[in-house]
Amino acid sequence: MPIKPAPFRPSLPKTPTGVAGFDEITMGGLPTGRPSLVCGATGSGKTLFAATFLVNGAVKYGEPGVFMSFEERAEDLAANVASLGYDLEALVAEGRLGIDHVHIARNEIEETGEYDLEGLFVRLGFAVDQIGAKRVVLDTLESLFSSLSDEAVLRAELRRLFSWIKARGLTAIITGEQGEGRFTRHGLEEYVSDCVVLLDNRVQDQVTTRRLRVVKYRGSAHGTNEYPFLINDHGISVLPVTGASLSYSVSDEVMSSGVGGIDAMLGKGGFFRGSSVLLSGLAGTGKTTFAATFADAACTRGERCLFFVFEESAEQICRNARSVGLDLQRHVESGLLRFEAARPSLYGLEMHLARIHRDLDAFRPAVVVVDPISAFRGPDLEVYAALLRMVDLLKSRRITGLFTSLRGDGGLQDAEDQGLSSLMDSWIKLQTVEANGEMNRTLYIIKSRGMSHSNQVREYVMSGTGIGLIEPYIGPGGVLTGSARITQVAREEAMQLHRRQKAERRQQALERRRAALERQIAEMRASLETEEEEAAGWLREEELRELVLKQDREVLASRRSAAE
Amino acid sequence: MSRGRGLAADPPRYHLRLFVAGTSPLSLRTIQVLRRLCGRYLAGRVDLEVVDIYQQPELAERDQILAAPTLVKLAPLPLRRLIGDLSDERQVLRALALPLEDTDGE
Repeated sequence: MPIKPAPFRPSLPKTPTGVAGFDEITMGGLPTGRPSLVCGATGSGKTLFAATFLVNGAVKYGEPGVFMSFEERAEDLAANVASLGYDLEALVAEGRLGIDHVHIARNEIEETGEYDLEGLFVRLGFAVDQIGAKRVVLDTLESLFSSLSDEAVLRAELRRLFSWIKARGLTAIITGEQGEGRFTRHGLEEYVSDCVVLLDNRVQDQVTTRRLRVVKYRGSAHGTNEYPFLINDHGISVLPVTGASLSYSVSDEVMSSGVGGIDAMLGKGGFFRGSSVLLSGLAGTGKTTFAATFADAACTRGERCLFFVFEESAEQICRNARSVGLDLQRHVESGLLRFEAARPSLYGLEMHLARIHRDLDAFRPAVVVVDPISAFRGPDLEVYAALLRMVDLLKSRRITGLFTSLRGDGGLQDAEDQGLSSLMDSWIKLQTVEANGEMNRTLYIIKSRGMSHSNQVREYVMSGTGIGLIEPYIGPGGVLTGSARITQVAREEAMQLHRRQKAERRQQALERRRAALERQIAEMRASLETEEEEAAGWLREEELRELVLKQDREVLASRRSAAE
Repeated sequence: MSRGRGLAADPPRYHLRLFVAGTSPLSLRTIQVLRRLCGRYLAGRVDLEVVDIYQQPELAERDQILAAPTLVKLAPLPLRRLIGDLSDERQVLRALALPLEDTDGE
């Protein structure tokens, strides 16, 4: 991923090296028409840096260059830089590059009197004129000192060479071996005073990291830090952390985590495509199983997944995934899933980055799993910078990244996680909770940028059918997990049954009472009816009697009137 | 070296190539010295070429010339490069595997 040089109007004309990141640090590249010194210890990448400068000049900027090698033969040089993806022989054939190997066999040489290095000048001038070179590399000029004994002549000639380079307007890189307490063994920095770049390959905690520092840049501002840099088949790239831009396009597309329960906990039903997800947890919390599930889900959707493993072998991951019912092997066979396994201590951080870079380009995955990132050892800052770079690498390609991290309890690891969390879009924390003499696994989502998410702590189990989240049970004393939850659930069920039976009994009693009362009511109603009937009988008798009396009276009256 | 054997058998034939840079006083002096040495030690058994690297820079590259002047002893083997103006005659004779004469003038 080439980093574009920042728009900058240099007061000093500059020549871009095309080394990603370096042109940013130096705000444009090396001083045009002047020699620059690139120094460093053996194996620090001086030759590759210089070769990159020439190849980029020829390929990207249309500036042919001459490589004058004092150490390696042209064929060796071509073979060595072929690992960076450069085809020197083709460039030579096209007349865009000239290689002159200055072979100095000490045993063939006898010094017999006064001389100068005109031969070297003529050769360089000839090579430059042949292809109209604008760029020159002299690698490593200092080997002259071991071949020729007259140091006074050499120094005078070197001085003349550098002024010759300036006079010809050639942008040159002079490489020099680092010496004790000085930049170069023979003090070349005395002559090359415009720009000095120091390369370093430092071993720390048994892991090497390449670094680059611009020691001096006359007439120009420059980044003064030590920057890690890496060498891979795309050449050299320097990692200025500040240079990593945050201008990636983002996606609204959501992809499943592979675990239904987690998807449900995330507001959008999964992770955003192209986001980075951190899965942290102690040993045995099932980080790798989650990762495998994630990978399986991606492959099942037909996406490519690249799985970087640093603590296990690919076979081991596949076997272990089978125990939770995941068949990763079929994805490997179908070519959707690729494992890249390596011990983290095998290379330095920058090599890992380089490998990841290379693999991303070759495989073009949609999903990347890194298991675990805590395997990277090194100074905090460096690990952080490397991870930052890795996350950026994935984001700029819109690859969803799942990183697992083994989190220690407190201490440095914690701090590292804190730093890391700001790089991550989502963070799921797996933890074990001890209760009632057992460890139970729970998870919760610490954050998930751009979506609401559940705040619940959920228990999960890993079984033959995969990872399953269990309905949360919140008891009187907090969240219950494991057998405590099971006991609680059972107790709850018993109590419920008991309550139900009690209610039923009460219902029956009520029924019975209602029946009794209704019977009573019926009886009372019956007796009332009887009484009413009796009362009616009396009434009729009374009326009859009244009638009889009336008739009697009438009969009597008629009889009395008859008697009158 | 094979100095003793060289004397006993036929003296070997020499092939020398001198690279100089133009017609500087250094170049001219060196050519002079070489002519004199050849006359004294290698009369009749030397092929001598003089190359001006300004005129033929490609030869400088081909023959791995670094310093000027440089005298390359192409034959007999082993190949030797004598850099400098050949003023140190003792050194020159040893490098060319020629016997030292006691009547050394210098």
